[in-house]
Amino acid sequence: MKKFLPLALLLLGVAIVVRSLVPERNKTEFDLVGFSRLPVVVNGRVKPLDTVARTSLVILQSSQTAIAPDGTKLTPNEWLLDVLFRSQRADAYQHFEINHPEVLALLGVTTADGRDKKRFSFRQIEPKMDALQKQVGLARDIQSALRTPYQKAVLQLYSNLGLYIRLKASLVAPDHRDFLEELMTFQTNVVTGVAAVRAQQAKQPHDEKLAAQMLESAGRFDRLGELAYLLAVPPAGGEANVDGWKNIGRSLLDSFQTQRVDASLLVYAGLARTWRADQPKEFNELLSRYLAILEKGFPTTLKKDAAEARFNAAQPFYTATILYVLAFFVAVGSWLVWPVELGRVAHWLIGLAWLLATVGIATRVWLGGYAPVTNLYSSALFVAWVAAAFCIVMEKIFRNGIASVAATLIGVPSLIIAHHLSLDGDTLEMMKAVLDSNFWLSTHVICVTAGYGATFLAGALGLIYIARGLLTSSLDKPTADSLARMIYGIVCFATLFSLVGTILGGIWADQSWGRFWGWDPKENGALMIVIWNAILLHARWGGMAKARGLATLAVFGNVITAWSWFGVNLLGVGLHSYGFTENGALWLAAFAASQVLVIAIAYLVPFAKWRSFRETAVK
Amino acid sequence: MNDQVRQVRDFFVSLKLTVVLLAFSILLVFLSTLDQVHLGIWGIQEKWYRSFIVIHDTGSARLPVYPGGYLIGGLLMINLIAAHLYRLKFEWRKAGIQLIHGGVIVLLVGELITGILQEDFQMTIVEGGSRSYSESFRDYEVAVIDVTDPKHDDVVAIPDSLFSRGGEIQHAKLPFKVVPQFYFPNSIAQPRAQVPNAPPVAANQGAIAPRYVVTEQAIDYSQNGRNVPAALVALVATEGTLGTWLLRPEVPVLRRDENGQPQLSADTAAPERLTYGGRTYELSLRLVRAYHPFSIRLLKVTHDKYVGTEDPKNFSSRIEIKTPGGKDDREVLIYMNNPLRYGGYTFFQHQMEAARGLTGLQVVSNPGWLLPYVACIMMTFGLLGQFGISLWSFIKKRRAKTAAPKPAAT
Repeated sequence: MKKFLPLALLLLGVAIVVRSLVPERNKTEFDLVGFSRLPVVVNGRVKPLDTVARTSLVILQSSQTAIAPDGTKLTPNEWLLDVLFRSQRADAYQHFEINHPEVLALLGVTTADGRDKKRFSFRQIEPKMDALQKQVGLARDIQSALRTPYQKAVLQLYSNLGLYIRLKASLVAPDHRDFLEELMTFQTNVVTGVAAVRAQQAKQPHDEKLAAQMLESAGRFDRLGELAYLLAVPPAGGEANVDGWKNIGRSLLDSFQTQRVDASLLVYAGLARTWRADQPKEFNELLSRYLAILEKGFPTTLKKDAAEARFNAAQPFYTATILYVLAFFVAVGSWLVWPVELGRVAHWLIGLAWLLATVGIATRVWLGGYAPVTNLYSSALFVAWVAAAFCIVMEKIFRNGIASVAATLIGVPSLIIAHHLSLDGDTLEMMKAVLDSNFWLSTHVICVTAGYGATFLAGALGLIYIARGLLTSSLDKPTADSLARMIYGIVCFATLFSLVGTILGGIWADQSWGRFWGWDPKENGALMIVIWNAILLHARWGGMAKARGLATLAVFGNVITAWSWFGVNLLGVGLHSYGFTENGALWLAAFAASQVLVIAIAYLVPFAKWRSFRETAVK
Repeated sequence: MNDQVRQVRDFFVSLKLTVVLLAFSILLVFLSTLDQVHLGIWGIQEKWYRSFIVIHDTGSARLPVYPGGYLIGGLLMINLIAAHLYRLKFEWRKAGIQLIHGGVIVLLVGELITGILQEDFQMTIVEGGSRSYSESFRDYEVAVIDVTDPKHDDVVAIPDSLFSRGGEIQHAKLPFKVVPQFYFPNSIAQPRAQVPNAPPVAANQGAIAPRYVVTEQAIDYSQNGRNVPAALVALVATEGTLGTWLLRPEVPVLRRDENGQPQLSADTAAPERLTYGGRTYELSLRLVRAYHPFSIRLLKVTHDKYVGTEDPKNFSSRIEIKTPGGKDDREVLIYMNNPLRYGGYTFFQHQMEAARGLTGLQVVSNPGWLLPYVACIMMTFGLLGQFGISLWSFIKKRRAKTAAPKPAAT
């Protein structure tokens, strides 16, 4: 048992990882895997349709699982295919998440009408579009910081509706009966048609019907060009020409000049026809031919897209979260029974989770082309990663399970935070102007984020010290001493990273804005972490803080770091402020209160009354 | 050494003082961050950091609420330096600590130098245009320019700080004294016709005074706030006063927009002219200018966006830099994160209106710009060294400990 159970736990962890890495297979006769890898450009980045499907679903309904009205579960790509090619059906899918009761009332629906009591279909919303638009008009005039939750919910829903409508018009005209036929007719007529229009403009005799048809087409294409969300038509210049991607409307407008419809448009229209007619063989045939053509001009893009789609499906950070949870229980278990065996398994599990996170982060770096930390989402991933790296090394030295527990105490919440941040859409964003500098992203940002991770780690160790010392009798003198030493050591690293990172930030600011330090809220937040760590170190050197003092100071470091990480964004001022909701403010306040409560308890209960120290005193 | 002196010394070198001051400073940073919701960044700097005592204006009273940045920072410096002098025994073991604290001192001294000596200017150029001077963002000067010689201007500039103090100003190049009557750091100007019960015309010369009523305004400290000053100046020669002029850098102008609606906009005020002793002078209140011994011509501005979005990818200005002697004549590309350092100034890409072919360069002269780099290197090596030594001795101790029981067991 002592040997078998730890081994079984480790094998369970490995099995979870292996299962997540198995490539996706087609569930139906349609080659959805191939389809999911088709490249398009959204928000300035070339990405596979798979990413479009997942991020759109997450934006619309905060979940990647779509469910058809008849209860069948759809993969993100099946859902996307229906939205793109069979929008009549997709209009009935309940994928608009609406939580605000007054918005529901506005739309004339109740929670009972929605899937999971909160998700509604386009068809359910459409009848009240005018009423919604009126509310949108009212809400838009109000400064974003002053909007009520209702107004925000109205605008959010409206923006989601916009996304859905634009998505529907991305590969074919959404109101078409047979877009392929329309394109073929256009292709046949374009040469004579353009001539007819020119003749009309020159007041020469011409085919009036044809000219009218051409002008009508031009109007339709122009509207499509305004509407279509995806830049799905690859440029002639191949991979180097990222700026050459076009949406279908713009490409069609160009075809008046080139006098030929781009092949990819015909492919998409053909895919639409075969998808609607339920002809998997023809669908797959067309798809594989198109992929073969793309393979010539866009080999790297296709390789990256395939990797990205697999990365999306594997969800390495989700798997890592599960491993951390498992490791937490194993490591805490090691404090009660079989310290060596369980401790080792916990160490291995964390190593496994960390490895997975490393591969995940490295993949993101490769796909995005930027340093690991570019936004709040990736900073949350990195905080978890840094803390785990420290813990793996510390556990190797101390072998007492403490560092393993600490790793999970930071890993799980950080990854959950990351998950919630990912609900805003694609997390691989292009960096805007001044931030577009891999040198500074990989020095300043990495150092500062590593500083967050290390400071949180010291805080987690502080929490473990207080919890074990106060509530259990398991914190004997050597363990308590080594725990205090671990806190001190990690604070040293935290100081190093946050100090160097903060100064590097100043130097970056000097390089791009002409001033080293501007007392911007984010700069102030970073400075507060540096000062707090300095306080900790000086208090220890001056003998003002012993073990308990160090632990409680480290716990308060959690509050300061959380403030610096998220809190300053709440102020809505300064150069670094990026979107963050009231919901976040509430969580932040609750977190700060919980940490202060722990500190208060640690001081209100006299040290000699702590369970661990009471018993040693008796002994 | 008597007890009192010893007490004072012990107070100033103690680590307790360090911790208390650091605690005060962290709270200072936090409170000033919160205050940014109400007050712009310039206001914050004046109120919280460039002060000994933070004065909070409740509207009805001005209350001292907190020790300011100068006080806390100054005490920290004294504490740091005193502690190092007192324990001045160089040991290799403590080299890291010395280096870290040396870095802190360099950093703070650098910031002090920056605070005192840094000069910020802007240079706005249109494509094809050329400039040989930069303008301040906020500071104004009264300029008296002898324009008699069409080939050559003789400029006497009086900074607003000197002007606002009042008193007569005499300059060797001017045959008259400049006597400030009043100086408003911020003001509004309204067309006289629109102001009922307008006060009498303040000045007896110039074009602005008869047409506009100029009223003093409170200084706007907010981030994007603009202050437009106004000055009343008298010129006094040996034989008596030559007149008084009302000066303002800009005047309001009523225009009709494309829909025919009247819109109020501001125009740069034309300089006032006067002739005295056979020479012609121009008189104006303008942003402080820094003349450069070189000129910058804007060749092209570029505003790149990511495809299919309005997200900016990069802003860049291609410029040509030229010295009169022809020593330098070359093209340079200035873009985000890549400023041009030339002639003691650094030129940053600051603003851009690509549609109008307009670029705004920020021009900074900061003799202390290298010090943060030095501090960063010192502190990095100091921290690495110090913690490295601790880590090494810890691991060695631990190895000895884990190795020790083994022989006993076998």
